[in-house]
Amino acid sequence: MISIIDYGVGNLFSLSASLNYLNIKSQVTSNKEAIEKSDKIILPGVGAFEDAMKKLQSTGLVDFLKQQTKTKKLLGICLGMQLLLEKSFEYGNHDGLSLIKGEVRSLSEDLPKSFKVPHMGWNKLELKENGPLFKYITNGDYVYFVHSYHAVKCNLNIIATTDYKIPVTAAISSGNVYGVQFHPEKSGDVGLKILKAFNEL
Amino acid sequence: MLTKRIIPCLDVKNGRVVKGVNFKGILDVSDPIELAKRYNDSGADELVFYDITASIEGRKLFTEVLKKTASEIFIPLTVGGGINTLQDFDIVLKAGADKVSINTGAIKNPNLISEAAKRYGNQCVVLSMDVKRVGNQYNIFSMGGKVDMEIDAINWAKFGQNNGAGEIVVNSIDTDGVKNGFDLEMLSAISKAVNIPIIASGGAGNIKHFIELFKTLPQVDAGLAASIFHFNEVDISNLKSKLQFENIPVRITKRSA
Repeated sequence: MISIIDYGVGNLFSLSASLNYLNIKSQVTSNKEAIEKSDKIILPGVGAFEDAMKKLQSTGLVDFLKQQTKTKKLLGICLGMQLLLEKSFEYGNHDGLSLIKGEVRSLSEDLPKSFKVPHMGWNKLELKENGPLFKYITNGDYVYFVHSYHAVKCNLNIIATTDYKIPVTAAISSGNVYGVQFHPEKSGDVGLKILKAFNEL
Repeated sequence: MLTKRIIPCLDVKNGRVVKGVNFKGILDVSDPIELAKRYNDSGADELVFYDITASIEGRKLFTEVLKKTASEIFIPLTVGGGINTLQDFDIVLKAGADKVSINTGAIKNPNLISEAAKRYGNQCVVLSMDVKRVGNQYNIFSMGGKVDMEIDAINWAKFGQNNGAGEIVVNSIDTDGVKNGFDLEMLSAISKAVNIPIIASGGAGNIKHFIELFKTLPQVDAGLAASIFHFNEVDISNLKSKLQFENIPVRITKRSA
């Protein structure tokens, strides 16, 4: 059983549907007891960093999720990945969950003006390691991205990047905690294979 | 690098795909889910569902179709047709849409762009515009391309971008259905005015037209078409191999390779 954390951020239809398609049991919940009983956690998210952290705090899940990752695998998706980092400079300076080293910065500040932001569409994964999350996919597979901010200073925790003039952090991991900037639930067969691999971690 | 996207558009009326389809191997050619699967398997990068139903009953059927498709196909889905309010956004997003395309609804109420962007994020709001040459300028038309709104298309595109539209679909009424190629002149003028993704629509008749589009206008991000895909005049996996051969970046999936 995978708990998809419901804290009022983003559309969870496709994520639930993709797990269901893979015959993986999941529940959309913010209930601590339910999360505690599940095997794994997915932290989704679309929107602004500050707003998402506030919503996580108001559901009382910040410390709880940190505790849970001591024994459970967690996958952050898109903004959910960015929340795993130490801080974000999206409209100010905000603390994240600090589960993985790194920061979130604006893509447009780091790119030449001719590059469109958001970075939206299909881009190639450059795998840094053949870790368990990528056991069913191959280097150069395409996944679907939509984001205007990106993770920097993640150093050795980066497990995949994608090329958008600069190497953009596509996936990170540290211990039980994983994060992907792209949307596996919107990345066709490749995305489904990543979700399947996460379930098997 | 981001790949150029190939997007088939499905017009749906009362839960069925409109326009005849003649795919081999599909038993029910007007079943939108079957057709969507076929496109997904051949390497479509995104799907657009256009609801051209007027009745409430038809709308319900459309939502059901959308839910079923989104439960089986995991690529971005854009929904358009009759989107006039935030509530319309809400209904289709809850049924599995990722992006919502607005056209006449945004002309009637321009605030819809910024209100939707604020609530659902820019990435969710696609401004679709039907454009036609009038005198020496490009004008926005509404009601399925019938009524001249006397709005300058370049200004409208800029307005869309400044108010939070995440993408713009430029449909040229002048080339739509002619199958003589995309409207490169119009697309060039509009795409130079903004810095958000541009989806070209109207005029594609064969593979060469897509090559010409992406070679002439590298700032255009995607090509959208309907009947040439439905009638199998252009096969998406074949189209993508040809684009790749021309060094145009495209997503080649294992199935379409």
